[in-house]
Amino acid sequence: MKGIIKKVSEIDFGLMSPETIRKMSVTKIVTPDTYDEDGYPIEAGLMDPRLGVIDPGLKCRTCGSKGGDCQGHFGHINFARPVIHVGFADTIHKILRSTCRKCGRVLLNETEKLEYHDRLQSRIDAGEDISRILKQIHLSAKKEKCPYCEEEQEEIKIDKPISLVEGNYKLTASEVRERLETIPEEDYIYIGINPKVARPEWMVLTVLPVPPVTVRPSITLETGERSEDDLTHKLVDILRINQRLKENMEAGAPQLIVEDLWELLQYHVTTYFDNEASGVPPARHRSGRPLKTLAQRLKGKEGRFRSNLAGKRVNFSARTVISPDPTLSINEVGVPEMIAKEVTVPIAVTEWNIDKMKEYINNGPDVHPGANYIIRPDGRKIRVYDETKETVIENLEPGYIVERHIIDGDIVLFNRQPSLHRMSMMAHEVRVLPYKTFRLNLCVCPPYNADFDGDEMNMHVFQTPEARAEANDIMKVQEHILSPRYGGPIIGAIHDHITGAYLLTHKDTVFEEDKAFQIIKRSKMELPEAKGRPWTGKEIFSLLLPDKLNLVYKAEICRKCEECKQRDCEYDAYVVISNGELLQGVVDDKGYGSGSGKILDAIVKQFSPSDARYFLDHGTKLAVFGGVMQRGFTTGTADEEIPKEAEDRIAELLERSDRRVEQLIEAYENNELEALPGRSLRETLEMKIMQVLGEARDNTGVIAEHYFTTNNSAVIMALTGARGSMLNLTQIATCVGQQAVRGGRINRGYIDRTLPHFHKGDVGSKASGFVHSSYKKGLDPLEFFFHAMGGREGLVDTAIRTAQSGYMQRRLVNALHDLSVHEDGTVRDNKGTIIQFKYGEDGINPAKSDYGAVANLDRLIEEMRLEDSRASK
Amino acid sequence: MDVEQVQTVVNEVGADYFPIKLVEEIAEAGERNNLTDEELEKLVLKVKEAYEREEVEPGESVGTIAAQSVGEPGTQMTMRTFHYAGVVELNVTLGLPRLIEVVDARKKISTPTMDIYFTDEFKNDEEFIRKMGNKIGKITLNDVIKNFNVNYMDNVITAEIDQDILDERRLEISEVTGEIEKTFKHVTINNNLLSFETTFSNDEEKIQQGIRELRLLADKIRDLQISGVKGIGKVVIRHEQNEWVIHTEGSNIGAILKIPGVDIVRTTTNDIFEIEKVLGIEAARNAIIHELYTTMEEQGLSVDIRHIMLVADMMTSDGTVKSIGRHGISGEKSSVLARAAFEETGKHLLNASIRGEVDHLTGIIENVIVGQPIPHGTGSVGINMKKID
Repeated sequence: MKGIIKKVSEIDFGLMSPETIRKMSVTKIVTPDTYDEDGYPIEAGLMDPRLGVIDPGLKCRTCGSKGGDCQGHFGHINFARPVIHVGFADTIHKILRSTCRKCGRVLLNETEKLEYHDRLQSRIDAGEDISRILKQIHLSAKKEKCPYCEEEQEEIKIDKPISLVEGNYKLTASEVRERLETIPEEDYIYIGINPKVARPEWMVLTVLPVPPVTVRPSITLETGERSEDDLTHKLVDILRINQRLKENMEAGAPQLIVEDLWELLQYHVTTYFDNEASGVPPARHRSGRPLKTLAQRLKGKEGRFRSNLAGKRVNFSARTVISPDPTLSINEVGVPEMIAKEVTVPIAVTEWNIDKMKEYINNGPDVHPGANYIIRPDGRKIRVYDETKETVIENLEPGYIVERHIIDGDIVLFNRQPSLHRMSMMAHEVRVLPYKTFRLNLCVCPPYNADFDGDEMNMHVFQTPEARAEANDIMKVQEHILSPRYGGPIIGAIHDHITGAYLLTHKDTVFEEDKAFQIIKRSKMELPEAKGRPWTGKEIFSLLLPDKLNLVYKAEICRKCEECKQRDCEYDAYVVISNGELLQGVVDDKGYGSGSGKILDAIVKQFSPSDARYFLDHGTKLAVFGGVMQRGFTTGTADEEIPKEAEDRIAELLERSDRRVEQLIEAYENNELEALPGRSLRETLEMKIMQVLGEARDNTGVIAEHYFTTNNSAVIMALTGARGSMLNLTQIATCVGQQAVRGGRINRGYIDRTLPHFHKGDVGSKASGFVHSSYKKGLDPLEFFFHAMGGREGLVDTAIRTAQSGYMQRRLVNALHDLSVHEDGTVRDNKGTIIQFKYGEDGINPAKSDYGAVANLDRLIEEMRLEDSRASK
Repeated sequence: MDVEQVQTVVNEVGADYFPIKLVEEIAEAGERNNLTDEELEKLVLKVKEAYEREEVEPGESVGTIAAQSVGEPGTQMTMRTFHYAGVVELNVTLGLPRLIEVVDARKKISTPTMDIYFTDEFKNDEEFIRKMGNKIGKITLNDVIKNFNVNYMDNVITAEIDQDILDERRLEISEVTGEIEKTFKHVTINNNLLSFETTFSNDEEKIQQGIRELRLLADKIRDLQISGVKGIGKVVIRHEQNEWVIHTEGSNIGAILKIPGVDIVRTTTNDIFEIEKVLGIEAARNAIIHELYTTMEEQGLSVDIRHIMLVADMMTSDGTVKSIGRHGISGEKSSVLARAAFEETGKHLLNASIRGEVDHLTGIIENVIVGQPIPHGTGSVGINMKKID
């Protein structure tokens, strides 16, 4: 350890006085030139060597440290005439308006002063915002006559960026400064200035600090040409004008010329601080690009604050494409060997691990479980090379630190952007694998919102034991199965895992014992005792369930019959689990799917996250090897095939609804339509047509569904909730339906019609974007066009929505991130203000709750009774 | 099984910190399952165990979790601004735009609506409610006249009050004529025949102007409001769950609550600013919770109520409804760095310098900026060394 780490306890803000600027300056800068002909920096120029060094190897003329270690030193420029600081122009204007033009006192009478003083002082002491009171003062300190010296006041206006005009006379910066100087110190509080750190006249600059070269490094291009930083360019401008102004003043040039130059100096100083100030044309680079000056460096998303201070670049991280691997645990991540050899973990050498460490060093940086660097006790970092490794091994002793490659079992942080919630960054255990992609278990796709169409993810390696301990205990994937958003599982099976589990637990699935054992073995589960008879799929699945699990629920395939037959359900949709035995019902999306899995939910809540991890790891494998891979599972257009007679019925049905639409239009044209309350006739017609066409589409769906049986793969996927919906299938098989733009039928395009293929005023089904064809049959050109219109709206919608909700989330997080629960159960912000006396009125953590409730009381009672009856037996 | 009985059991086992709502739920569940006294005690103990396990730990960063839980589903919401919520005839802003509107604490929301309920005495009195509906809803002269005619020759506008409509709207003709006489000076009323004149002189040169004036007068006549509460437009009267309810477009809860017969407990508006003004900050807090929760729920997204409560409590904690963003909570943070890192970087830094502000680095982002552990979760604890001589 390197001794005590100091803590920053506070940061004070204040203005710099001209004296401090001069005092901290190492040199006065006068020459606008930077380098002489030989390429050496000019003394008293902008690149003066006393301002610090950038090139490593050179020594700083001021502090003597080497390049890289020297953080640079400020210089200063003395202005020939004072200039106003743009950032304070508004403040200066307000101050001048509320102070006397002669005696400089704030235009408040004694009683007002007394009242405001107390209010201001108490808020300042409490560290609260005073801008609202200042605004009030500003309004009441607008008097015709000074209450102290009786001087008549004249109105001062601000002319866009920086010029202040009193009556018709434009005040010069010197005059402004003089006036600010006269303001007595006891009045500072009313104009919002803290006399301890600032004086109003300091807002008018007489001397400018010149930042060290490290702040504005010049770049040497390949051609050997030097390219200076934007700030340097701006400082050159300032110096040049300042010099000319000084010369002209000394030579006694006419007032007009001096004023022009003064104005120019003001312009350059203004753009030096802020090149986007309103009313000032931005200073440009030779190429026409606006310069990036001080304010631009700090501001906005790419500014210093948001991109370098609130977010920082890190080492020991990796990024690559992701791909799926169902054989991994949800807690694991497959790391390509190439990456494993690049990112390292620092391990302190001890007596007990020294041999292992030597082995790593002997492997070197290019053989996998190797080491890249060692750090000697004196802090020197040494790279391990094949040539040097022998000596390194010889010298290795406890106290050294070895940076070894990451190996299986190391814990790393895994992340996918956008990181919208805490499940976007979870800790995984490393599995070093061949090839070049990160591999992850499919169950963790939903929390990361990842798919494998080219998504990339980031990995970070923890560097301290504290970080690893924390990650292992609270950031592991298994600790995040339940979402804090709603207290239910967010991690769970998706797609083929669900179909697989359905097929496995289906009534008709029976395996010979040896086959069943093969499946169990392949799923990496312990072999059970032999039964000497064939196994049902449900029996195999039951092996996964904890022995004490009791659960009753309705599966996703439930048809929602009017009267539930419960245990006699003919679709096997009534799931009963008793003492860890799946007695009846199929396992599908409701069983262990992400977002709704009941079994999964029960296991995490009644047992433990690691039991849930076991269930998911092996359950998904079982679904793949015992379900999908035993039977084979595929889908194609053949699955959406419907017989000719059905097609005829559909065509007839659509024709009938078209006729109905015509009738409605006719009724509308003959004024026979009755308007719905609060709607115009036109709107009523539109609503009625939409209703008729919607029903028509639904009815075609009903016809098609009649021919879709449960041995159809596409139907299995839709019913079990694995992928797709019945709506998707009927759109493929029968009729796509109405295309919508802006929530209604399509009505825009040409005058009174959507396309020139129709008559003017045609509002029939075809002309307004109803697609009669099915996806399978194919859309005609007009339908295709309307379909594209609807599709485009969807795309635009998504694009806008992401931007809007992203900004909303940023604001929400920013407003709430300081809140935390304190020891007394209150929720407080960083000032200690109580926001809630008890978190959520009951102090329950939603992530640990049962869908927001403390407990499912009915289930608790049921469980309790079951236990009792068992005990009495 | 009554609540008091459960409460005594709860107190006996030392779980007196249970919220009343939970006690009530236990009582209900006990009723449903016919619990014996013995079983009840056992159940309470089990609930206590669960309660203790599920309590939030000190240091938990509940603010960030709440913000993420409310913000993350935003990506899954539809952009479709207008949708018919329950009432087909009225448009209401829903989904993400509504969420943003609530969180922004907008003074003027895009679709204010009210649901007006009536006391038991009147809630099934259709006639009364229809009459109320007409009194509340905006009716302009245009709605009750027929044969509207602008006569450019004689510079008069004639119209006829439609008695049938008046009857349907339950208006008295005297109310209408009274209102007309109050507004227009040059008007002659003959039973239900109206004729308006402009202040037009017969000067030839002013003819052009006269026509313009006549048209303006026509618009003014048509737009004359003869009935309705200020701020409220269309009303829809519906029979819902065995009572008559009025839904309105536009909102003015202050005026509506003063109308006799209105149930002041259930009548509500979706305008949070108005609720704050009329009913106070606690009501506004509940309104924010209700609006956020129903907006999410309507989109089929479940968000735990506690997250929404925290957002609402943060917005209302100092007695006024503050928006989430630079003009509200984020702009009033005590830390300079936190404000500068959010928005308007330059302004905050410059102001801090003349005010001589001090940043005590107590928040999250300040500590991230200076590179120190944040004071939440595992970072909220430390070790104090005790010197032993």
